Amino acid sequence: MEYLKLLSFGPGGWGDELLQGLWITVTLALATLPFGLIGGLLLAMGKNTGEKSLVLAANVFTTIFRGLPELLTLFIVYYGGQIALQKFVNLFTDTYVEVNGFVAGLIALGLVFAAFASEVFLSAFRGIPKGQNEAAYALGLSRYHAFRLVVLPQLIRLSLPGLSNLWQVHLKGTSLVSVIALDDLIRKSQIAVGNTKEPLFFFSVVCLVYVSMTLASSRGLAIVEDRLNRGHKR
Amino acid sequence: MAVQDVTPTTTRPPAAARTWTKARILGNGLTGLWIVLGAFLVWSLTADFDSETFGRYGPRMLQGFWLTVQIVVLSVVIGSVIALPTALARMSSNPLLKMPAIAFIEFFRGTPLLAQLFLLYYGAGQIRPELESIGLWWFFREAFNCCMLSFTLNSGAYQAEILRGAISSVPTGQSEAAHSMGLSRTVTFFKVILPQALITALRPLGNEIIFMIKSSAIASIVTILDLMGETKLAFSRSYNFDVYIWAAIMYLIMVEALRVTWDWLERRLTKHLRMPNQDD
Repeated sequence: MEYLKLLSFGPGGWGDELLQGLWITVTLALATLPFGLIGGLLLAMGKNTGEKSLVLAANVFTTIFRGLPELLTLFIVYYGGQIALQKFVNLFTDTYVEVNGFVAGLIALGLVFAAFASEVFLSAFRGIPKGQNEAAYALGLSRYHAFRLVVLPQLIRLSLPGLSNLWQVHLKGTSLVSVIALDDLIRKSQIAVGNTKEPLFFFSVVCLVYVSMTLASSRGLAIVEDRLNRGHKR
Repeated sequence: MAVQDVTPTTTRPPAAARTWTKARILGNGLTGLWIVLGAFLVWSLTADFDSETFGRYGPRMLQGFWLTVQIVVLSVVIGSVIALPTALARMSSNPLLKMPAIAFIEFFRGTPLLAQLFLLYYGAGQIRPELESIGLWWFFREAFNCCMLSFTLNSGAYQAEILRGAISSVPTGQSEAAHSMGLSRTVTFFKVILPQALITALRPLGNEIIFMIKSSAIASIVTILDLMGETKLAFSRSYNFDVYIWAAIMYLIMVEALRVTWDWLERRLTKHLRMPNQDD
């Protein structure tokens, strides 16, 4: 009962604070998706052209952001971005600027997500027979329409399993933003622990919330996958 | 009379000149951008090369590098020891074995490593009297041990899922054939199923080690002085941003070295599965 009081809303409980933290975690995870997905798709298209210089440029990007620890990428974007931006602003005025933690997290996680997503998309590209493209051209579709109407729908179906794996990793990866003082679920519960001295309870709650998020999203994505594969069931 | 060369001499048409397609222009531009960025990085690392900072923190960062290697090797190796029984329990039809294994795997794969670390590290402090009474406090007192414990369990859970997938990918005909030859279940598993499963598991296991190298940076959050920890310390004392670049280079070397080794290992171990004249 005492523990339930800790989770209540209002001045005595931490329920509302934790919910705010959860909101930051979820919005950050979702806001990164469009950048990560589009970036990953562009990288994969570059790697798929067969143009050597373009493949090289895309591979350098992937190697860097797939190999660096997310924590380090986050620090480099946050502190490095801060220093670079300050130097740039100082060219004109001498006001003090501060990098927003949410934006830094968005950029860092987006770069990492794009690097991993590009590999998923690339293997999906390779899973689409060449004849599909050729048939589309033979039908007189433009390059754009061949991609949009023929390749993309198949690409989405083929890349979904890989992308849903990536989403799980990414959702958990957002917990790292707590170290750059962004009030996500982890940091809010750290604050709660600092006040109540109940780490076991609060961190268990955090773990439970994460488990239910990952379980729910894997269920949801499995349903989407089933629906996309309905023409391919044996 | 000398033998006449009857093959007509033909001249090939010259190879078509590569045209400047949009993709090529873009590719050259982007590669150029990377080269400029790389050159800028080298320039900034050498131009304001601060030998005092380097002399003071360089050796410490190398020590941190070494600690990171130790953390990764230990947690992956000990993790693999718990992974096999967990995978077998997960595949068993007995709910008393299966359910705990599922709970273990789902918990460690479904929560961030950071949350697991906090739960163990701060949680152990809360139940200190209880831990002291059963004589385990000496273990949980050290941040390093808490870190190792959570990393090991986490890696164990991931490796268990990898093993399970690999074991169930071995065709049933293999175990049926082994049974019909009169091999016992144990011999069948260790001599027939597991070797084939491990080859399938090789690539995901390599990815898991890379994942662990990257995740190990989290240890720095609970005051462990691994590569990331030493880097943060050096930055907070010297305000020299270069240390982060050096750390990034060291992490990339670690990950790429593992990748190259793993590719070599995979080529070697799957030699017998390829056609003889296939290039390797």
